[in-house]
Amino acid sequence: MSGAIRDPRLRWAAVFAAAVVLIALPFAVDAVLGRAWVRIIDVALLFILLGLGLNIVVGYAGLLDLGYIAFFAVGAYSYALLASPQFGLHGSFVVVLPLAALVAAAFGVLLGAPTLKLRGDYLAIVTLGFGEIIRICLNNLNRPVNITNGPQGITLIDPLAIGDIALNKTYTIAGFTVAPVHSYYFVFLACAAASIFISLRLEDSRIGRAWIAIREDELAAGSMGINTRNVKLLAFAMGATFGGLAGGLFASFQGFVSPESFTLLDSIMVLCMVVLGGMGNVGGVVLGAALLTALPEALRYAGPLQKQWLGDVYIDPSDLRMLLFGLALVLMMLFRPAGLWPSTLRRREFAGGEDAHAAQ
Amino acid sequence: MPRSDAPLLAASSISKRFGGLAALAGVSVAVRRGEIFGLIGPNGAGKTTLFNVLTGLYRPDAGEFTFDGARLTGMKPYQVAVCGIARTFQNIRLFANMSALENVMVGRHARTHTGVLGAVLRDAATRAEEAAIAGRAYALLDYVGIAARAAEPAYSLSYGDQRRLEIARALATEPRLLALDEPAAGMNATERAELARLLERIRGDGMTLLLIEHDVRLVMGLCDRVAVLDYGRKIAEGAPAQVQRDPAVIEAYLGGALA
Ligand SMILES: Nc1ncnc2c1ncn2[C@@H]1O[C@H](COP(=O)(O)OP(=O)(O)OP(=O)(O)O)[C@@H](O)[C@H]1O
Ligand SMILES: [Mg+2]
Repeated sequence: MSGAIRDPRLRWAAVFAAAVVLIALPFAVDAVLGRAWVRIIDVALLFILLGLGLNIVVGYAGLLDLGYIAFFAVGAYSYALLASPQFGLHGSFVVVLPLAALVAAAFGVLLGAPTLKLRGDYLAIVTLGFGEIIRICLNNLNRPVNITNGPQGITLIDPLAIGDIALNKTYTIAGFTVAPVHSYYFVFLACAAASIFISLRLEDSRIGRAWIAIREDELAAGSMGINTRNVKLLAFAMGATFGGLAGGLFASFQGFVSPESFTLLDSIMVLCMVVLGGMGNVGGVVLGAALLTALPEALRYAGPLQKQWLGDVYIDPSDLRMLLFGLALVLMMLFRPAGLWPSTLRRREFAGGEDAHAAQ
Repeated sequence: MPRSDAPLLAASSISKRFGGLAALAGVSVAVRRGEIFGLIGPNGAGKTTLFNVLTGLYRPDAGEFTFDGARLTGMKPYQVAVCGIARTFQNIRLFANMSALENVMVGRHARTHTGVLGAVLRDAATRAEEAAIAGRAYALLDYVGIAARAAEPAYSLSYGDQRRLEIARALATEPRLLALDEPAAGMNATERAELARLLERIRGDGMTLLLIEHDVRLVMGLCDRVAVLDYGRKIAEGAPAQVQRDPAVIEAYLGGALA
């Protein structure tokens, strides 16, 4: 990506321009579209983190995981339990956030290990089950000892804070009103940028090649000296780390978590972002996450617009959302099966599929 | 220290059953250092099954094998590769959508070390290792004669080039024994002659080769010794010319042809 601009001065100018746009974005959006949209951007950044995590597992290593949201849940609850009145613990995010990511990584290995011999449909079904098990555990771990507070969830979770400066308060800096959605935007942006950087570096490395080789032909990869078990577990752990970090950030941002934020539908949503955007391609996943977070929100305006133009609301906006979502998926699969912005590898797979089969 | 005149690979009484079928019934072979050892036999004789046992894909029901004096029976495929046995596949198994160069780079995995941290930080040591991996992979593509195809996806290569690419990928693991399962399958006469030259050259550079091949002329011209399998049993072993005259071998091939 960065290779596109050769002249180093031009490249720095591009980086500088991008930085200015990204810094101004939440304030501009606030002024033009309103604060709700800043919040939507924040959520989109979290989904980028989730999408890139799942991309490591599904896009690189080719392991279809339908329970990925479980790691988001584990991260969120780890943060919530260690930084809320639930146990009276109020750890600093500097410790709690990495810990949340680490616990999620451990769960990644724990859930990954029994699935090592499974592929395709079977792996998908087992991971789906794991995702549900985590959610159901969170829902029921309030008796006999109350750990998760059951369906009520955990409230009053500490915001990200250093000393007296907490991100859930509004500040005025140089005449700018900096609301929590603005401050969190910058934290999420930094994390999303880091996850993009890490993904790109991993993809183009010995580790990334091993993941992709396993996706292409696991048996051949093993015969070429790749310890497929360890390399697959590493993919699960890395993916879960991203998910756990996103979960911790989510908990601090919302101040509240409950099991119903982590359903199968959420797993599928993240998977859709990865698939629609372009499996295996970082840019595609970022695009997918941004689009699939923003489009449903944009469709909320469909109700008022119908009233204004047609005089009445004929199609309920939430129905319209599901309708258009389904339509978008079908159109995608027909016209851009490798995703909106596919990786070279996937493009080859779909373009070259026929040649490859003809050669057999 | 294993003696250098001891066989590099010694398999003794390997048996493998699939349900009621004895794919291998007590097969023993010994491959000497620096030779090209041929494994021939009619379709379904058990040649590929023996390869799969020797490379850790199948666990034998009985028997064991040693490589350079070390017992490898029961090891996983990647461990066998690390120990120094590399293979190609009868039904080509490349990483189809990766480029030819990337395919060979994957073969360097077990001989390199970059971990997650190194990959993310891309420190000087990692950069040096990456450059070495790419350099070595390119040199191997050149060695097998397909350097011009380096950037092309593996699936787009011709049949012959795909087989060469599999050889380059196997060589990238730095094996001491190269096991080739029908490397000439699907090749025309010119390609076969080129392949024979390549295999001679690989042997000349100090490699030991174990070769499954149906093309009798290729086997007779290339191999120092051959073993003949039929219905999971070894029915003959020796110099190519001698094996060719063996009545049991003639019977096995004729029987196969008549059946
Ligand atoms: N995984 C398997 N499951 C069941 N049967 C198998 C399996 N692999 C091989 N066989 C059977 O074992 C026998 C030996 O097969 P193998 O592939 O080793 O033969 P081969 O000598 O390589 O033959 P060819 O020249 O056709 O490649 C055959 O009858 C085959 O059907
Ligand atoms: Mg065979």
